[in-house]
Amino acid sequence: MSVLHPVLSVRDLRVEFVTRRGILKAIDGISFDIAKGEVLGVVGESGAGKSVTGSAVIGLIDPPGRIAGGEIHLSGMRIDNLPPEEMRRVRGKRIGMIFQDPLTSLNPLYRVSEQLIETIRTHTNLSASAARKRAIDLLAEVGIPAPDKRIDSYPHEFSGGMRQRVVIALALCAEPELIIADEPTTALDVSVQAQIISLLKRLGREHGTAIMLVTHDMGVIAETADRVAVMYAGRIAEIGPVRDVVQNPLHPYAKGLMGAIPSLENDSSERLVQIPGSMPRLSAIPPGCPFNPRCPNVFDRCRVERPDPIQHSEHRVACHLYDQSPVRSEAVA
Amino acid sequence: MLAFIVRRALQAIGVLLAVGIIAFAMFRFAGDPVNQIVSIDTPAAEREQVRRSLGLDDPVPVQMARYLVRTAQGDFGVSYQFRQPVSDLLAERMPATLELALCATIFATVFGVLMGVYSGLKRDSVLAKVFQTISLIGISLPTFLIGILLIYLFAVTLGWLPSYGRGDTVQLGWWSTGLLTGSGLKALIMPSITLGLFQMTLIMRIVRAEMLEVLRTDYIKFARARGLTTRAIHFGHALKNTLVPVITIVGLQFGSVIAFAIITETVFQWPGMGLLFVQAVQNVDIPIMAAYLMLVALIFVAINLAVDILYTVVDPRLRTTIRQPT
Ligand SMILES: Nc1ncnc2c1ncn2[C@@H]1O[C@H](COP(=O)(O)OP(=O)(O)OP(=O)(O)O)[C@@H](O)[C@H]1O
Ligand SMILES: [Mg+2]
Repeated sequence: MSVLHPVLSVRDLRVEFVTRRGILKAIDGISFDIAKGEVLGVVGESGAGKSVTGSAVIGLIDPPGRIAGGEIHLSGMRIDNLPPEEMRRVRGKRIGMIFQDPLTSLNPLYRVSEQLIETIRTHTNLSASAARKRAIDLLAEVGIPAPDKRIDSYPHEFSGGMRQRVVIALALCAEPELIIADEPTTALDVSVQAQIISLLKRLGREHGTAIMLVTHDMGVIAETADRVAVMYAGRIAEIGPVRDVVQNPLHPYAKGLMGAIPSLENDSSERLVQIPGSMPRLSAIPPGCPFNPRCPNVFDRCRVERPDPIQHSEHRVACHLYDQSPVRSEAVA
Repeated sequence: MLAFIVRRALQAIGVLLAVGIIAFAMFRFAGDPVNQIVSIDTPAAEREQVRRSLGLDDPVPVQMARYLVRTAQGDFGVSYQFRQPVSDLLAERMPATLELALCATIFATVFGVLMGVYSGLKRDSVLAKVFQTISLIGISLPTFLIGILLIYLFAVTLGWLPSYGRGDTVQLGWWSTGLLTGSGLKALIMPSITLGLFQMTLIMRIVRAEMLEVLRTDYIKFARARGLTTRAIHFGHALKNTLVPVITIVGLQFGSVIAFAIITETVFQWPGMGLLFVQAVQNVDIPIMAAYLMLVALIFVAINLAVDILYTVVDPRLRTTIRQPT
């Protein structure tokens, strides 16, 4: 089955938040796949919908939010409409999640051993002692020195980087097929960030785990991801192999974003390219292409017609610039 | 940890010393104790004799030191009304008050936590709204009124429960308990509810607020993302994190419960220390009043210390902070 199906397949996903001021479309029709062993980087400005996408996949969109449309498949099995109890068994067992802040992700009142063993025993039939042994192995695997001694420590007795390793161990407890890492290094020291990222990369490779890696750090994306999705205002502006998208972005927003990365070759006096303006609030997304007010290449069609993703060589890009179909253009004229 | 306990114990002694000085001042400024002991027509010579025998002609600091030393030894002097050692009187009344305070606290804690957890988890349900209303009543109605209403309903109208007294008690050494007889237990119900209602609503509100707070934290989100069962998340991870404030409240309020027992004991004619105190006030029986003051202070201080130690049992983070104060 897994030969035929990607580990994660998201089709036309829509997520809405019902608020007093109306329905906010946080995710407005996104589609992407992640294959076994593949790392998909997800980038985009704050509020683009990266975290909401992750929460939707793992089934943790809480009211007033709801999945308003689309489908999510995990290794061919549809999971977006599972009953809560069945979805709970998917969480942690088949999908592992890593959040941004390791300092607050662990319950301060329980020993690391208790939290690991509880998670392991929730998803397997291991005895308490077998679960403890597995917990120690997991800690060793994520690179915690002397795990048999450290396992009974409380979270506050670990450093930030070590805590994030514990969090990763917790996400790995049941050998999930997919790991969603939502800015796993943002809260950490720069020196530790690289270690955590290479740990994730190594684990993904060794276990064939698919990884969805949300980050603001284009350097991390360039180094870690196989493919990258650029999100803007709840949509995917461009998705494609990481080399192509980083070095040869097609979507004007992606171009701006990649231009905004400080490059080592650049002269340090050279100013960073900034995209003028800011992303629209969800309550005020302009018609047509949501990027059109900030787009340097904007033309009439962008203001009225929403661009659908178009396959363009290896990329899929949602931009009218790359639409060669004459029929569509006529409709606008 | 030991240094921490020693430091807190020293602070406690300081507090007790201050209260002792206040208690001593009551003797000095609440009229001449000799008048309380002798009758109006006692000749002056005899009054002097009494005064000297009580050590009241010594310099004030000497008297104060003597008072404090005696108090520390548990000797609170002799009651003016009963002509008995105050310590005996208090020892006799203490079990009644402590049993009442304990039952009230257990009632308040059990129901407060249950109702708080429920209304934190199902905050939009009808029952949660009912609890909120009850808690409003509990906070706004004065204790004596609740007591009188209960007496009217369950003692006068329905006749289910006794309206006053402790019922039958059993003597266990010097401790007289009402917990071992049916009538003793029955007699405890209404006073415990009356005394504990305020604390119950307080605990309920704190647990509810704390529960809502904890459910929003990242570690609860992460626990859900790991697929733990709802029960494990709510009652393992969330509830334990609400316990620190609950311990504070239960602990600190236990002192108040004992102090406020005065009103409940008066309403239900409960033969405890509070009732003894009220009688002492009416009869200007200063040794009893002073002793009661000291005792309540001692209880408060002891509870504070116990609460601080309990924190460290629940929250491992405090253990290190206490070991290495910054
Ligand atoms: N509970 C909620 N109620 C209303 N709106 C929400 C809620 N959660 C998220 N949103 C909205 O959904 C949009 C996407 O949020 P999301 O957290 O996915 O952004 P993000 O891309 O992860 O940003 P960041 O880089 O800051 O983490 C935002 O506009 C946010 O305001
Ligand atoms: Mg986010």
